[in-house]
Amino acid sequence: MSEVIGGYFTSHVPAIGGAIAKGLQEDPYWKPFFDGYPPISEWLNEEKPDVAVVFYNDHGLNFFLDKMPTFAVGAADEYQNADEGWGLPVSKPFRGDGALSWHIIENLVSDEFDITTCQKMLVDHAMTIPFQLAWPDREAWPVKVVPIAINTVQHPLPSAKRCLALGRSVGRALESWNSNDKIVVIGTGGLSHQLDGERAGFINADYDRFCLDHLMDDPEALVGDSIAGIVEKAGTQGVEILNWIAARGALGERTLAKRAENYHIPISNTAAASLVLEAV
Amino acid sequence: MSATLTHERQPIEGTTLFDGDMAQRGFALNAMCYSFNDAENREEFRRDEDAYCRKYKLTPEQRKAVADRDVLGLIAAGGNVYYLAKLAGIWGLNVQDLGAAQTGMSVDAFKAKLLSYNEYGGAA
Repeated sequence: MSEVIGGYFTSHVPAIGGAIAKGLQEDPYWKPFFDGYPPISEWLNEEKPDVAVVFYNDHGLNFFLDKMPTFAVGAADEYQNADEGWGLPVSKPFRGDGALSWHIIENLVSDEFDITTCQKMLVDHAMTIPFQLAWPDREAWPVKVVPIAINTVQHPLPSAKRCLALGRSVGRALESWNSNDKIVVIGTGGLSHQLDGERAGFINADYDRFCLDHLMDDPEALVGDSIAGIVEKAGTQGVEILNWIAARGALGERTLAKRAENYHIPISNTAAASLVLEAV
Repeated sequence: MSATLTHERQPIEGTTLFDGDMAQRGFALNAMCYSFNDAENREEFRRDEDAYCRKYKLTPEQRKAVADRDVLGLIAAGGNVYYLAKLAGIWGLNVQDLGAAQTGMSVDAFKAKLLSYNEYGGAA
């Protein structure tokens, strides 16, 4: 049977991609952030997962407001990145795992999640940057992917409770996936930040700390707030914590241990974090 | 327990939730910004901003906010920051420049404010 090795959670600020392109990992501004990733790479190099199930949000590369799915599951054997308009180098493509995608889709719909399925889907920096951080300097990404996009752009957004339930349903699908593959679950985005409005530049270290402290053992603690409540605490784009919550859900009830954690303010306008919850 | 619908929520200071009302109001502006994923479209906008804005049928409010490089005006006109970031990229502005513009701070002061959180949060 397949094996879930654990979860990797990380911010996906576009400026990180710029810093990688310019080789700024040792620069004083960037070093405290990049220092969080060697332990994560080491874990992944030890475990050598075959597939990554990635919860992320699109920022206007694939989805526009003409059709905005609340939950979209990739169902392709390949996903391309593309120009997002502001100068990030375009990433190499990702190999998909169409068979696992459809297994997850079958399970989600059976669990009464009315998702959108995408046989063609561009993936943006919310996918590429976490991969660049985890697997730097690779000719090709060493894992196949199943991307699951959550709407964090246009309100009403799905509740945190619903995202946790979605993740748990994906987790049950992974439990019943009949293969020898090792699977890593990835959640990207956050932590607290706000790009727009007079409150731009808002950061809330207390709330971030709360999320980092409770995600592993008490994820229910993160789903008590309404979306508006999360925006108030985490900022308009801090709602990307929904991706972390869904990814945590996909790890299910198994025993987890913190293998790596880093938290650093600021990267661009964002409180940046990385975390590995290892299945033990 | 009854749900709090998006339009029933309490306002959050200095924050506009991009909800259905804003998404409807901002559709033309955001559609234009979405087109800037394509380098040829960015070039066409640079060549003739007015013609490009007409092509996307921007409202007068949106057209003025684009002409004035008025970030809060763009938000008020229904712009979503993820799409607006692509327009800002054409202007050579990143999200920290946008943050400074919206808060009335210099870019250096805005960056200093972000750095000041670090003393509070620190590295784990």
